[in-house]
Amino acid sequence: MQQFFQQLSDGLVLGALYALIALGYTMVYGIVQLINFAHGEIFMVGAFGGYTLYHYVLPSSLPSGIALLLVLLVAMLTSALLAAFVERVAYRPLRNAPRLAPLITAIGVSIALQESIRLFYPNGSVGKPFPQLFPRGTVDLGGVTLTYVDLFVISLALVLMLTLRTFVFRSATGRAMRATAQDPDTARLMGVDTDRIIVITFVLGGLLAGAAGVLQGMIASPIDFKIGFIAGLKAFTAAVLGGIGNITGAVLGGFTLGIVEALATQYVPNGSALKDSFAFVVLVLVLVFRPTGLLGESVRSRA
Amino acid sequence: MSLLEVRDLRVAYGAIEAIKGISLDVEEGQVVTLIGTNGAGKTTTLRTLSGLLRPVAGQVLFDGARLDKLKAHEIVARGVAHAPEGRRIFPLMTVEENLELGAYSRKGEAIAQDVAEVFERFPRLHERRAQKAGTLSGGEQQMLAIGRALMSRPRLLMLDEPSMGLSPIMIQLIFDTVAELKAAGTTILLVEQNASAALALADTGYVLETGRVVLTGTGPDLLTDENVRKAYLGED
Repeated sequence: MQQFFQQLSDGLVLGALYALIALGYTMVYGIVQLINFAHGEIFMVGAFGGYTLYHYVLPSSLPSGIALLLVLLVAMLTSALLAAFVERVAYRPLRNAPRLAPLITAIGVSIALQESIRLFYPNGSVGKPFPQLFPRGTVDLGGVTLTYVDLFVISLALVLMLTLRTFVFRSATGRAMRATAQDPDTARLMGVDTDRIIVITFVLGGLLAGAAGVLQGMIASPIDFKIGFIAGLKAFTAAVLGGIGNITGAVLGGFTLGIVEALATQYVPNGSALKDSFAFVVLVLVLVFRPTGLLGESVRSRA
Repeated sequence: MSLLEVRDLRVAYGAIEAIKGISLDVEEGQVVTLIGTNGAGKTTTLRTLSGLLRPVAGQVLFDGARLDKLKAHEIVARGVAHAPEGRRIFPLMTVEENLELGAYSRKGEAIAQDVAEVFERFPRLHERRAQKAGTLSGGEQQMLAIGRALMSRPRLLMLDEPSMGLSPIMIQLIFDTVAELKAAGTTILLVEQNASAALALADTGYVLETGRVVLTGTGPDLLTDENVRKAYLGED
């Protein structure tokens, strides 16, 4: 039983990470009906942004708390700017093209970003040990052991998700985002600059992905140019599981997937060797039995 | 000078020209109606005026300034509101949120007061203010679409088929609303298939056929015009 709860809490940590990345997939899909397959790489480049700041810029005498804060901010900004840049140069010119064109472009952007880091980052084909800036230590909750880092990952993810939720459901810009997702032409008739809203959506997804990049480095150092691929696919699965386009669904899907993965790794024979495959089993099952996802609406009505 | 001047407007969907050179004027405080059958180009005209479609030729002047090169959101900010065909309310948002979105281009100033005014005009919406707009009846959705358009405090209100698909009681209520707005001095460009009700309210009417204006006159004149009666008012 104790082991079960241990796996459950490990699943929560993983799930928090998946949920943060999944939000970027789901928001972008909600607003432009594009699966942004480059989103995993936006997450990866964010992690490299944070690493670069720490490794090349910050003085080593800086207290680790401040360093962590700066690494986090720079990673978030890196991903956000990259997401906005990709939208502007790769997706916006294809706004009215057939659906397949931006999708293939997204895959191209994904490969281009991976290869850029591999080829042009100093010694880019080799993994980078991510700075461990958070105090080491564990807490014992009735036999379940959580590291301080685990708690930090879950707390930061929750704070970011609640902030996003408040923004989307309480602010005027958030309302304009939801309007654009439901009916872009009519949103324009309300005075909404939909191009601007689309950029904001990519930026928000990027901010969360950049934060996830740092968290990934904290729980699974080293980072390399490939980490965006698996993390991106899993987060995409989480978004589909929750119901793509649905923000609450992405969070639910992220945590569900993290927990399924942690439990399956423990309880399925030879599970740890198959660790990365459970997500795709889940994806196949969702697509077969509930293609709209847990919270998805059946069909979007659009005149 | 008219509030809205449209000069030789041409709009095409790909190679097909839907609007083949339309000119019309809307004076401040007037109700102007465009009537005509399906495919005459009424909706296309409104969508072009509000910036959702780009004309291939012609000019749109609003208060003397060109609108035809502006984006839709800039046109709203100039004071042109458009309640689109099919109502197009945001179904997953509450009635109140829909109204607040109508005021998106204004930000801040006295929005709560204007929401209250819409509720006063349409008490049904007040009862349902916290409900998702998608759960409203067709008539209620049309009230919401009109109320939402008014929230931008427009100088020109464009209504596209506000009576479409509604029950006779609702149709009456919607035309009463248009009459009230007219009495209050609102400038309105009204597109309708219900030609008799529209012409009865209108200062000026334009009859459109396959992308061209084929007849113009005052509302009462067109109402009694023999050709109009035959073609659009179902008399033989």
